Amino acid sequence: MTGTSEMNMLQAINEALHGEMARDERVVLLGEDIGHAGGVFRATEGLFEKFGAARVVDTPLAEGVIVGSAVGLAMAGLVPVAEIQFLGFSYQAMHQIAGQVARLRYRSQGRFEPAITIRAPFGGGVRTPEMHSDSLEGQLANIPGLKVVTPATAADAKGLLAAAVRDSDPVMFLEPLRGYRGIRGEVPDGDHVVPLGSARSAREGDDLVIIAWSYQVELACRVADSLAEEGLSVAVLDLRSLVPLDIEAIAEAVDRCGLAVVVEEASPTGGFAGEVVATIVEECFWSLEAPVIRVSGFDVPYPVGMLEDTFVPDEARIAAAVRRTLETA
Amino acid sequence: MVEARTQAARLWNLQRQGQVGTLAPIDGHEAVVAATAHALDPTHDWILPQYREPLALQRFGPEVLEQYMLYNIGHPDGSRFPPSVRVAPLQISLATQIPHAVGLAWGMTLQDEPGVTTVFFGDGSSSEGDFHEAANLAGVLKAPVILLCANNQWAISTPLHQQTAAETLADRAVGYGMPGVRIDGNDAAAVFDAVDEARQRALDGGGPTLIEAVVYRLGAHTTADDPTRYVPAEDLEAARRDDPIERLADHLVGLGLWDDETRSAVEAEAMTRVDEAFERAIAQPLATDAIFDHCFATDTPRMARQRAALLDGAP
Repeated sequence: MTGTSEMNMLQAINEALHGEMARDERVVLLGEDIGHAGGVFRATEGLFEKFGAARVVDTPLAEGVIVGSAVGLAMAGLVPVAEIQFLGFSYQAMHQIAGQVARLRYRSQGRFEPAITIRAPFGGGVRTPEMHSDSLEGQLANIPGLKVVTPATAADAKGLLAAAVRDSDPVMFLEPLRGYRGIRGEVPDGDHVVPLGSARSAREGDDLVIIAWSYQVELACRVADSLAEEGLSVAVLDLRSLVPLDIEAIAEAVDRCGLAVVVEEASPTGGFAGEVVATIVEECFWSLEAPVIRVSGFDVPYPVGMLEDTFVPDEARIAAAVRRTLETA
Repeated sequence: MVEARTQAARLWNLQRQGQVGTLAPIDGHEAVVAATAHALDPTHDWILPQYREPLALQRFGPEVLEQYMLYNIGHPDGSRFPPSVRVAPLQISLATQIPHAVGLAWGMTLQDEPGVTTVFFGDGSSSEGDFHEAANLAGVLKAPVILLCANNQWAISTPLHQQTAAETLADRAVGYGMPGVRIDGNDAAAVFDAVDEARQRALDGGGPTLIEAVVYRLGAHTTADDPTRYVPAEDLEAARRDDPIERLADHLVGLGLWDDETRSAVEAEAMTRVDEAFERAIAQPLATDAIFDHCFATDTPRMARQRAALLDGAP
């Protein structure tokens, strides 16, 4: 039995990449500044030195061809893991992500296996310049053929990334910027794989369930802990992956609690929290004791630094939504 | 070449009868495509087509015609070339196949597989960002890829001078650190030589080549297009005098290798083959729930429900 080690999400991601590259020589990394520099956040630190320039490739600054050439690498039978330096920059690759990566298996009716993982940090709260922090998970989940994975803990960052790399379907692996160094935890040593599509109970509770993903799980847990001191029993369900979606886990939690709040960092219109609410309505309508509230960003572009804390949901907004829902019931 | 044009004409008629969907005739591109296919090795090299090429790619496998027929009737198997045929699915989203060709060539190198990839695109596609990004990466990696631009002077209705202010498209190669070659795409021998040379260079580690094959689109962009609205009649007439098929035919007649009788036989055979392929295509079964197949390796839980609901006739 192997033990665990305490580390942050960034270290967990790095450990997963080391493990996958050692396990399968078909795994190749490509992206901007991932080789010599070890990535702008050091997510790929040490990989260039260990696995060499042929497998850890610094590309020209061109998101479209980072993703587009990954399609060709997959057609050649390799397992590319591409890094988009910030998810906001993936707009410049969206034609390849949506039109090509997501459709490669479908268009070729299974001849080509798009075993492609695209890693990208996203989400707010770290005062990046414009265009860096956009939460595009809802847009990505709306692209058939893509899996969308959103770890919230260090252990899951390692285990879900290993699963993503091993998956023969294309995976958008979204890493919370604030979690890179802000989320720490015990991570299993050695091989650690968390299957895609199974949600995680982050807090047990019976009065209400907060459904969240990525960094918002961390905030939801803090809210649940603080409300527990008032005697409220608030559950937190960490979706872990948006596609595939663990419908059963959502239904089980909402049926049990009768009340739900859904938290996302993105703009709400057309976003994934709306998808979760629709799922709740389809699955659990007769269990609901009050309307489901979304806590989201606003329907504006992700703002510059001085407005960032206004945009990104915080503990106060989540707690307010929980209280309002409990009072309505 | 004759086979491809004959079959394209037959498909045009089938489209007008409502039997097949919108398609792009090959007329004027036969030498570029067929001579390229002949300069390549179907057991080691890859071709990534755009959408105008398949009928002249049959050297890469007789299945190409079968797949193309399925594609044109809208059967999902139309893009599934069998594993022995090193041809990628047709690409409708212009220039997106160029990064794929670079990645595939790069991947073959990483796995020590001998061979090159050749990607077809047009003068219009050369304006897309994907062309630039892919050519740039190919140059940096010295990827064994042949970027084959069939410059047919027209991107639907947009003439070349509105596509670029550059004197030639081949000139762009300088900016990517690769050789740029401009050839007469109506001269099958010139195409063969240029592709053969580029292929040898790539196999020797010399990296990519940009080939601009100058042709003229002798037909419509697609079956949905009416080029008489914008192609000057006198230009088309002049281009027809340079028809790639007639150029090669004249040459072969001079060598005693081609005559009207042979041509008639090739045309008749091509017609039979295309009609047989069409009959086989429309007889190909298609399950109701085939719409879900191969989206993912296995259905997501939500898709599994959708599949079951579709088969049950549920809402």
